Amino acid sequence: MQQFDVLVVGGGGAGLRAAIAAAETAPEGRIALLSKVYPMRSHTVAAEGGAAAVTRADDSFAAHFADTVAGGDWLAEQGVVDYFVKHAYQELVQMEHWGCPWSRQTNGDVQVRRFGGMKTERTWFAADKTGFHMLHTLFQTSLKYPNIQRFDEFFVVDLLVNDGEINGVLALEISTGELHAIQAKTVIMATGGAGRVFRFNTNGGIVTGDGMAMAYRHGVALRDMEFVQYHPTGLPGSGILITEASRGEGGVLVNKDGYRYLQDYGLGPETPLGKPENKYMELGPRDKLSQAFWQEQKKGRTGNYNGSDVVYLDLRHLGKDYLYERLPFICDLAKSYVNIDPVTQLIPIRPAVHYTMGGIETDALTETAISGLYAVGECASVGLHGANRLGSNSLTELLVFGRLAGEHAMRKAQSTDRQTDMGKNQEALRQWQQKLQTLMASKANGVTWVQLKRELVQAMEDGCGIYRTESGLQASLAKVRQLKQQYQQVQVGDTSRAYNTDLLQCLELEFCLDVAEAIVLASLERRESRGAHQRLDEGMTDRNDQDFLRHSQVFFQSQADATLTWQAVDTSLSTPGERAYGAQGQQSEAR
Amino acid sequence: MHKDIQIKRYLPEEHAEPFWQTFHVPYDDTTSILDALNYIKEELDPTVSFRWSCRMAICGSCGYMVNGIPKLGCKDFVRNYPSALHIEPLAHFTVERDLMVAMDEFLQHLEAVKPYLIAEQPEPTEPHKPHRQTPAQLAKYKQFANCINCGLCYAACPQFGLNPEFVGPGAIALAHRYNLDSRDHGKVERMPVLNTHNGVWSCTFVGFCSDVCPKGVDPAAAVNQGKVESAKSMLIQMFRGGA
Ligand SMILES: Cc1cc2nc3c(=O)[nH]c(=O)nc-3n(C[C@H](O)[C@H](O)[C@H](O)COP(=O)(O)OP(=O)(O)OC[C@H]3O[C@@H](n4cnc5c(N)ncnc54)[C@H](O)[C@@H]3O)c2cc1C
Ligand code: SF4
Ligand code: FES
Repeated sequence: MQQFDVLVVGGGGAGLRAAIAAAETAPEGRIALLSKVYPMRSHTVAAEGGAAAVTRADDSFAAHFADTVAGGDWLAEQGVVDYFVKHAYQELVQMEHWGCPWSRQTNGDVQVRRFGGMKTERTWFAADKTGFHMLHTLFQTSLKYPNIQRFDEFFVVDLLVNDGEINGVLALEISTGELHAIQAKTVIMATGGAGRVFRFNTNGGIVTGDGMAMAYRHGVALRDMEFVQYHPTGLPGSGILITEASRGEGGVLVNKDGYRYLQDYGLGPETPLGKPENKYMELGPRDKLSQAFWQEQKKGRTGNYNGSDVVYLDLRHLGKDYLYERLPFICDLAKSYVNIDPVTQLIPIRPAVHYTMGGIETDALTETAISGLYAVGECASVGLHGANRLGSNSLTELLVFGRLAGEHAMRKAQSTDRQTDMGKNQEALRQWQQKLQTLMASKANGVTWVQLKRELVQAMEDGCGIYRTESGLQASLAKVRQLKQQYQQVQVGDTSRAYNTDLLQCLELEFCLDVAEAIVLASLERRESRGAHQRLDEGMTDRNDQDFLRHSQVFFQSQADATLTWQAVDTSLSTPGERAYGAQGQQSEAR
Repeated sequence: MHKDIQIKRYLPEEHAEPFWQTFHVPYDDTTSILDALNYIKEELDPTVSFRWSCRMAICGSCGYMVNGIPKLGCKDFVRNYPSALHIEPLAHFTVERDLMVAMDEFLQHLEAVKPYLIAEQPEPTEPHKPHRQTPAQLAKYKQFANCINCGLCYAACPQFGLNPEFVGPGAIALAHRYNLDSRDHGKVERMPVLNTHNGVWSCTFVGFCSDVCPKGVDPAAAVNQGKVESAKSMLIQMFRGGA
């Protein structure tokens, strides 16, 4: 049986950055990097827009801090945000030293672009493939470190935990179907988000909340799960993302009448074509933009594309040359997936679930309530995003907190001399082998994961979407719990050992179900509107600091319904103020 | 609309030999090859196996042979095939099961070319400052940095088919990407791998690799420029008395 100092679950931006940091902290330390897909397939690859850090002379940490805290509607951990904004720049420079092809100004300096909710240009980008270039740079750089041992296409099914301390993980080797207990002194979860819990989303098929569910099943709280970010500009049908940078570069949103409707929802006045202004109109924050879509839809002012209600992104005034230089990927995506040429036509778009603000609760150093278990990246809730994430903060988060997690986990591993309880780990292994057999056994009234998954994503969309109500949430919660029951009868159709992707998708659905219950429960209990969480019920349509300036924490209960508690928020650096954009934002700042 | 799609199945736990199976699949103008495969898996046969994730042509998972040509399943559409449509695993790789091939064979070549920035030693710039790199310097290598490691070019390359030790177009493109980067000083370390007969000299310039590349990387150009570099570096070695 293998034994590692640090075991990283996940080969996306967060996992790779953590593994490299661990390797640099102790060149003799042993690091395992497990991922259910080859690292460069991780969904970080799909990030288009960019990564934020205070860069220009006229910018400041205080400004980035203020944008992030206000953007998160005062539910961010302010100490964490403070640490983040101060360490962002050095991490992007580190990426530059590792070869990331950041876009440049004519004099050779790194170029920064505008991004929604950010007051100043501070978003570094690599054309419109920032996540792709970051992920490949990190993956390729990780090849330099002989002490990082990769386990590609190893699907982690569970954590090994003994007496509140982490011992390692159980992982299914996809190519053989063999289940392994891999021991480690510390484990870093970097498994990404859970967008696939919803029907219409910008996420890849692998983004199924696995790590969240695993930590949760061992008693770690999932925090702030009700905050699910919709991105205002997904392609109808597939949900494929059209980056916010297309608005940063000057693209505008119009309804079916060609009217720039955002001015009707507190984001005006209308900014002149080709002159985007930070925090106004199209550069307002994502939640406001997605909500405006919903309002337009209610008013019957949306258009239609293949049966989906849509509004339109107009890029035509930017001209062919500029579009091909700055947004080549977007031009390509629009052509392939909706057969639209953005140089001459409007791109149909609609909001799609994009990002889970909540996740595995950690402290400011990324450690969870289980000693030696860390979490980082989209699967984690370190407290950076509060009730709404600002675009381009999360790619930087992967780096800043990935490094922190890697360093801390390695130091902890080196300072502990823990004896692992082999007997217990073997027992866990046996139980899981049993469970996998049960899943594949034929059942009298067996159901497939396909049926259950369809019902789940529909229930989430119906009751837990952009706007939420008490009755809708109640119905979704009941549905999710019913589906969890039905899962007991699930039957995997493919009984082979090697490359059994049917089994993997079935296990992913079980992770999704647990995460979904946490999302709906927290949404139900938060009876106010804040950031990405909007309630339509009477008395709940505004922010209510009196009762809800608190994090939600959902705890897993085996054989019973999940439970919820509240946790205080760190507001030590900035007291909650009004969250306003457009001209209203100007006024409230002047006050 | 419906279409009969043939898939080359390989289920080594049950049958020693691959076989063809036909599926009847509904489609419209927007149905990608990947959508069709997912329909088959979810509705018709859960044992059909293939890799995918992003469904937006950027993660590189979904390379298959479609009517004999290497394609990304998520970026190729059923509408493109008015008559027969058959899907096979990527050519030249070891088939593991159905449409899944041994990608490690590609990764080994990738790792061999040291595809990372090798800094000048000792590092001259202050660690907290970015290097300068003009747009022109960036443009020199940018195209080669767009490789998504999908392996289509390997499936297109007859030389890789004959000699699996050939480093291959994708990995050479990546080596070239770093060699051309104004911040890099690692060319001397990379060239030995490219100089061997399993390196650039294996290529007989068929050029099909660049035709099938879904990201416009033009690996054939990288291989060709690599030959020039390789010839130079071997000459230099000769003058130094190395050869
Ligand atoms: C389309 C899109 C565009 C975006 N654009 C931006 C942007 O411009 N700027 C920005 O800041 N943010 C952006 N984001 C958000 C940001 O990209 C993500 O939050 C971030 O990349 C997540 O990185 P990660 O490392 O946490 O997870 P991922 O990159 O998703 O990686 C998760 C890893 O965990 C592994 N894993 C998961 N489950 C298991 C398991 N059971 N066993 C083994 N391994 C497992 C996976 O294989 C994978 O390697 C975007 C997101 C999307 C979807
Ligand atoms: S060069 Fe093109 S075809 Fe080859 S692996 Fe890279 S992206 Fe794929
Ligand atoms: S699924 Fe990612 S490239 Fe096709």
